Amino acid sequence: MTYQLETAQHPETLRRVAIDPVSRVEGHGKVTILLDDQNKVHQVRLHIVEFRGFEKFIQGRPYWEVPVMVQRLCGICPVSHHLAASKALDVIVGARALTPTAEKLRRLMHYGQMLQSHALHFFHLCSPDLLFGFDSDVTRRNIVGVAAAHPETAKRGVLLRKFGQEVIRVTAGKRVHGTGSVPGGVNKALTIAERDELLKDIYHVIQWSRDAVHLIQKVHTQDPGLYNSFGIFRSNFMSLVGHNGDLDFYHGTLRARDDNGKIIFDGVDYQHYDKHIEEEVRPWSYMKFPFFKAIGKEHGWYKVGPLARVQNCNQISTPFAEHERKEFVDYAGGSPMHAPLAYHWTRMIEMLHAAETIKDLLHDDDLLGDQLMAEGERKMEGVGVIEAPRGTLFHHYRVDENDLITMANLIVSTTNNNQAMNEAIRHVARRYLHGREVTEGLLNHIEVAIRAFDPCLSCATHALGKMPLEVELVDPEGQVVHALSRS
Amino acid sequence: MSLTFTLDGKSIPFAEGQTIIQAAQAAGVFIPHLCYHPEFKPHGSCKLCTVKVNGRHTASCTMRAAAGMVVESETEEINAERRALTQMLFVEGNHFCPSCEQSGNCQLQATAYHLGMMSPHYDHFFPNRAVDASHPDFLLDFNRCILCSLCVRASRDVDGKNVFALSGRGIKTHLIVNARSGQLGDTDFTPADKAAQVCPVGVILRKRRGFAVPIGERQYDKAPISETANDNC
Repeated sequence: MTYQLETAQHPETLRRVAIDPVSRVEGHGKVTILLDDQNKVHQVRLHIVEFRGFEKFIQGRPYWEVPVMVQRLCGICPVSHHLAASKALDVIVGARALTPTAEKLRRLMHYGQMLQSHALHFFHLCSPDLLFGFDSDVTRRNIVGVAAAHPETAKRGVLLRKFGQEVIRVTAGKRVHGTGSVPGGVNKALTIAERDELLKDIYHVIQWSRDAVHLIQKVHTQDPGLYNSFGIFRSNFMSLVGHNGDLDFYHGTLRARDDNGKIIFDGVDYQHYDKHIEEEVRPWSYMKFPFFKAIGKEHGWYKVGPLARVQNCNQISTPFAEHERKEFVDYAGGSPMHAPLAYHWTRMIEMLHAAETIKDLLHDDDLLGDQLMAEGERKMEGVGVIEAPRGTLFHHYRVDENDLITMANLIVSTTNNNQAMNEAIRHVARRYLHGREVTEGLLNHIEVAIRAFDPCLSCATHALGKMPLEVELVDPEGQVVHALSRS
Repeated sequence: MSLTFTLDGKSIPFAEGQTIIQAAQAAGVFIPHLCYHPEFKPHGSCKLCTVKVNGRHTASCTMRAAAGMVVESETEEINAERRALTQMLFVEGNHFCPSCEQSGNCQLQATAYHLGMMSPHYDHFFPNRAVDASHPDFLLDFNRCILCSLCVRASRDVDGKNVFALSGRGIKTHLIVNARSGQLGDTDFTPADKAAQVCPVGVILRKRRGFAVPIGERQYDKAPISETANDNC
C-alpha cells in the first residue's frame, strides 16, 4: 500500500497524456499520465476538477430546506443525499426512531434508487465495455451499439431503470429531485393504486435482475485471467451493516475490514464517524482522501460500494440475492476479492437484493399508513449515513438555536474510493500502457478501471453515444506531438 | 340596466366603483397579478395586471371599470410585457425554485408558468440578502421579496402593528422590520397575524413546516393559477 506512480521525480522531463473528461461516468474528472521517451509510465492521477461548494453555501439556510437542496449535488442518485441529509436532521429534531410507515417508505424510495442507479451503470455505461471488449470498435462501444447487438439486454436495462424511477416517483413525488423525505419522517404514504401498479411489474424486475447477475457472472468467470486481475490492488474496505450483520443500504452501524477480511472496527455508531475517519487534502485534486485514523493515512485508505458491501455483510436477507452472494464468495475462495471488475458482479447482486426488498415492502401494509412523522428532543448536531449506490455516504450538520445550518461536512461515496480508484488506474497504466504507443483503446482501459467503481464526479456527462475525449501527447517543450480526439 | 364593459371581447358586468380586476374576478376571468389582494387597498406597483383600456396601458387593479370600456388582457403583446416584468422580478432577487419550500404554492412561480416564462432572460443581480431567523415561529427570507407590500398593508391595516415597511427608493427599495434591532424576533408578530398569511412568494415562512405538503397536492399542482387565483385573492 504505497503511493507509487502518484508523483514523478522529474515531471518537467516527461510527456503528459490527459483523458479529459473521463467518459461514461457521472460528472467531470480527468486522468493525467506522465510518460518518458520510451513511453514508460512515471505518474498517473485521477483528478476531480469540479468545485461544488455545497458545504459552504447551505450555511445560514434553514435546516428543513437541506434535504431538498443538497440532493442537487447529483442527478443520478439524488435520493441518497435526500435521505442522508434527512437522517442527519432526524437526529436534530429528536426523531431517532421514525414511525414504521415513514421508515419503510424511505427504505422503498432508497431501494428504488439503488435499482435504477445500478441498472443505469451496468447497462447504459458499462455493458458496452463488457460485451464488446475494452478496445473494441469505438463507434459501437456505447448503449446504442448494445441495443443493436443485444436488443433484449438493452431493453431490460431501460425497463429496470424505469421501474426504479417509478418507485422513486411514487415515494418522493418526482423521478428526480423529489421532496418525499422531511426531517422526522415523510410527507406522503403510498396509495393502494400506486402500490398495485408497482406490484404488476415487480416479479419481472426480480427475474431480469437475476438474469443480469448471471450475465455478469458468466462474463467474469469465462475470462478469469482478465477479470480477476485487471487493475487489482489490495485494500481495506468499509460499509454499513444492518441488524445481525445483514446487507443493508438504508441503516446500520459501520464495519471495516482489512485486506484479508479481518475486522478493523465493527458496530460503530455513525454519529461518531469522525473518531474513526479523517480526510487528507492533496494539492492536485478537489476530492479529499479519507483514511482510517487508527491505521494512518499511508495504509488506512479503503474502498466502499458493492464490492465492499457484499463482502462485508454476514448475509443478505432476501433468498435469491443471498444465493448469488454465496456463489460469489465461493468463487472468491474464502478470502476477500479485490479485483475492481468484480464490482460489476456484486453490483448486480445488490440490484437483485433491491428488487426482492421492494417486493417484500410492497406487500407490507405499513406503506399505506398515516403515521408519517416523529419528533423528540431537539439537538444541535446530527450525522446521517446511508449506503448510496456508489458506497457509504456521510452527511454531518450543526444547527443553531434559530434553526439555521452553521456547519456541514459531506463525505460522498466516491470520495471514499478516491485512493482506491487512483491505485486501480496506476495498476492498469503499468500493465497496459507502459512502453507502448498510446491508442484510444489503451486509454479506454484506464476508463474501464474507473467505471468499475461507478464514480459520481457530480452530475451526468455521459452523452449518449458521444463519449467526448481528447488526448494529446506533449513534448517537454510543450509541442503537441500526437493528438487523438472524438466527440 | 346593468353596467358592462368588454374584456377580450367578453361582456363583463360590474358595479359602480369596482375596478377592472375586481369585476373580472367576480366574472371568473383571470388577470395576472402579484401585489393585488381583494382584501387590501390596491398598490398598483407590480404592474402584472396591466391591461389596455381603449388602447392605453393601465393597471387593472387601480382603474375603475366604466360602461362601454374595451379592455384587452390576454393578448400576445400584453403577456410579453408581463413576462418581461416577471423575468425582472426573478433576476432582482434570489429565486431558487428547486430548493424553495414555497415551490408549487408560490404565486410568482405559478404566474411565470402561466406566462410561459422559459428562462430569466436577463442577467441575475444575485443580491446579498440576509435571512432573519430570530423569531421562534417564523423565518424571513428576504432573498425572495418582490416588494408587493402585502405584508406591509396587512400588518398596518388589519393587524394594526406596522411590523413591516418598505425602505429605500428605486432599485434600492427593500423590506424592513420595524424594530430597533431590525429583527422579527423583537416585534410582536404572531402566527395569527394577517401579515403571516399573505406573502405570495417565500419570504414569510412558518418555521419547521417546509415541504410538509407532497408534490401533487400543492396549490398549483392541482390547478394552474388562472383557475385558482380568483378563489383566494
